[in-house]
Amino acid sequence: MKIRKLLDFSLTHILLFVLSIIWIAPIIWVILISFRKEAGSFTPYFFPKALTLDNYIKLFTDTKQFYFIRWFGNTFFVAICSCILSTFYNLSTSYCLSRLRFRIRKPFMSFALVLGMFPGFMSMIAVYYTLKGIGISQSLIALILVYSGGAGLGFYIAKGFFDTIPKALDESALIDGATKFQIFYKIILPLSKPIMVFTVLTSFMAPWMDYIFASVIMGDNYDNYTVAIGLTKMLDREFINTFYTQFAAGAVLVSIPIAILFIIMQKYYVEGISDGSVKG
Amino acid sequence: MKIQVEEINSTIKSVSKAKAKSIFLRDALRNGDKFTRFSFIIMGISNLVHGQIVKGLFFLFAEISFLVYMVTSGLEEIILLGSLGKIQQGWVYNETLGIDVLQDGDNSMLILLFGIFAVFAVIMFVLIWMTNIKSAIELQTLKSSAKKIPTFKEDIKEYLDGKLHNALMFLPLLGILAFTVLPLVFMILIAFTNYDSQHQPPGSLFTWVGLENFKTMLGIGSTISSTFWPILGWTLIWAVAATFSTYIGGILLALLINKKNVKIRAFWRTMFILSIAIPQFVTLLTMQTMLQDEGAMNVLLQEIGLISGPIHFLTDVTLARITVIIVNLWIGIPFTMLTVTGILMNIPKELYEAAKVDGANSVVIFFKITMPYILFITAPTLITAFIGNINNFNVIYLLTKGGPANLNYFQAGKTDLLVTWLYKLTTTGKEYSYASTIGIIVFILSVIFSLLLYRKTAAYKEEGDFS
Repeated sequence: MKIRKLLDFSLTHILLFVLSIIWIAPIIWVILISFRKEAGSFTPYFFPKALTLDNYIKLFTDTKQFYFIRWFGNTFFVAICSCILSTFYNLSTSYCLSRLRFRIRKPFMSFALVLGMFPGFMSMIAVYYTLKGIGISQSLIALILVYSGGAGLGFYIAKGFFDTIPKALDESALIDGATKFQIFYKIILPLSKPIMVFTVLTSFMAPWMDYIFASVIMGDNYDNYTVAIGLTKMLDREFINTFYTQFAAGAVLVSIPIAILFIIMQKYYVEGISDGSVKG
Repeated sequence: MKIQVEEINSTIKSVSKAKAKSIFLRDALRNGDKFTRFSFIIMGISNLVHGQIVKGLFFLFAEISFLVYMVTSGLEEIILLGSLGKIQQGWVYNETLGIDVLQDGDNSMLILLFGIFAVFAVIMFVLIWMTNIKSAIELQTLKSSAKKIPTFKEDIKEYLDGKLHNALMFLPLLGILAFTVLPLVFMILIAFTNYDSQHQPPGSLFTWVGLENFKTMLGIGSTISSTFWPILGWTLIWAVAATFSTYIGGILLALLINKKNVKIRAFWRTMFILSIAIPQFVTLLTMQTMLQDEGAMNVLLQEIGLISGPIHFLTDVTLARITVIIVNLWIGIPFTMLTVTGILMNIPKELYEAAKVDGANSVVIFFKITMPYILFITAPTLITAFIGNINNFNVIYLLTKGGPANLNYFQAGKTDLLVTWLYKLTTTGKEYSYASTIGIIVFILSVIFSLLLYRKTAAYKEEGDFS
């Protein structure tokens, strides 16, 4: 019996070990490449012959062709602004749908469901021309508006959370003479810290990861690129040979903060998925 | 997804509400005093007379600006929607100069965009107009029952309380309208025009063609349709394979990690989560370079001596299709693992204890309690995952760009999904009308699948409500 247990224990852990090697291999590999001394895209051998910090240094100092710090700054700026707007849009819509009863409440929710079934970027060209019409295409403001514009439709998770807060709290506050706005920011919001963190972080992370809208809106305006489209550009056929290792360095730098944020909020993420899909 | 049924009910209700609205207008005209009736023509007059200056001026201003807009351009824009422009850009003989001069033509694209905007403006105006009449009636009732008429300040206060939803939802709705609804309406309408690479404004006009695009797309014979059907087929195969492989794999991994004898559980979990914590464009682009013919994967296999020549992971049709599904496992399994781990922790302990008392062994417990419980909770997420996979742009586009290319296809490759084809048709092909048609078809697919699967899971739920 003891031997069987030991066998089970070691087999399980060997399996886990092998699987996690498979899972982190590509990640280790990017990190390895980001320190590789030899330039060029592909090498005829697997492990780099020499390691260096040059790729990181070049990424910040060599700004002739690609301006990485600027992209980083752009993305950071867009992320902060759109995260403030999105959080406000998202939480206020969720609160209204969860707590207030008004005529367009149900129609709005079914409308959101229908809208969600169109491919997200089907309308990107129309968005582009609308922005061009206003005269802000290829600008960071355009990106902020586009990222936060649809935030009111992503109410499912926060609404599900608000629904679980007992209504009795609202009622007692109402009796004490609070307005509904006061209930929102003095009672509901303080009780909803986890979901606020979740909303803030997801909307902050979106601009770091979006490729489609950023590439359509920015076109060839390199100065206003975000990191996602900038780094992708480095892998284009004409650049990959010179910039491959720098791409890896940039990718590592972007991934570290995003990965940390994601791991912090994975708990809420799980709750969000299961709650959102069950309650709708 | 419980909402859906409620939603259908609410649509029925809103139809009957529309009837109530016309009665309300008739009553207002019949029983209203002279100010209420005046409000039908001059908005805000009732508010102005009763001392609600700011509100009254707002209504009046809205009316005047709407009228000015309609007279100067709006009306014309709506009329132009019918034809999308008639004058084609071209060379016209100019008598005074005696030479041909380039004459500006109509820009069908702008006509359509402004036309939609004008229609939205009309709808907005009608809504404001209704509010104006409602407000007039309200004032009339307040006055006849000799109650105090609220000042502007009190009105504002009301927006933080009873009408809070108006205040809070105004900006979010504006955002949705401007960046989701308007563009979407525009693109849906494009599907019924011939706005393709041959009809690009301002050089040439495009016009309404009815269901022509759908006929080309769904019919037989054209290159478009002989691209559409195989891509649709591959999209469905992909969605089924990707959804179920990650679902099963994720459950197995979660069960493995949550085995009782596993040490440092959090560590193992983090190892797997890293692959989704890192932005997809980083991991997928890395994979893409690794899987090239001369990429790291082939180099490694050759160094070990397993293969002598490179494996064409991304350039051979069958291999490329298998590769994208396998790479998708790498991203998808941790997602499912995360969800299932949460569920495993929530399985009520009493269930296990009761089973043990009844003498069930661990195998029976697993198949009778653990599995049904997981399936029961996660079944609805399968719908979302399936639709998400139909729309899975990143994995396909960043890995293969839809390739390997196929000359028999219309600007598409063998691993292209409908959505990546849509993306290519829009960005490089400028075949907007076909792209929009695909968008609408994807929408219809998503609706059909979610309705079908929803009914299935709803039935499943009623059968064995797990509690």
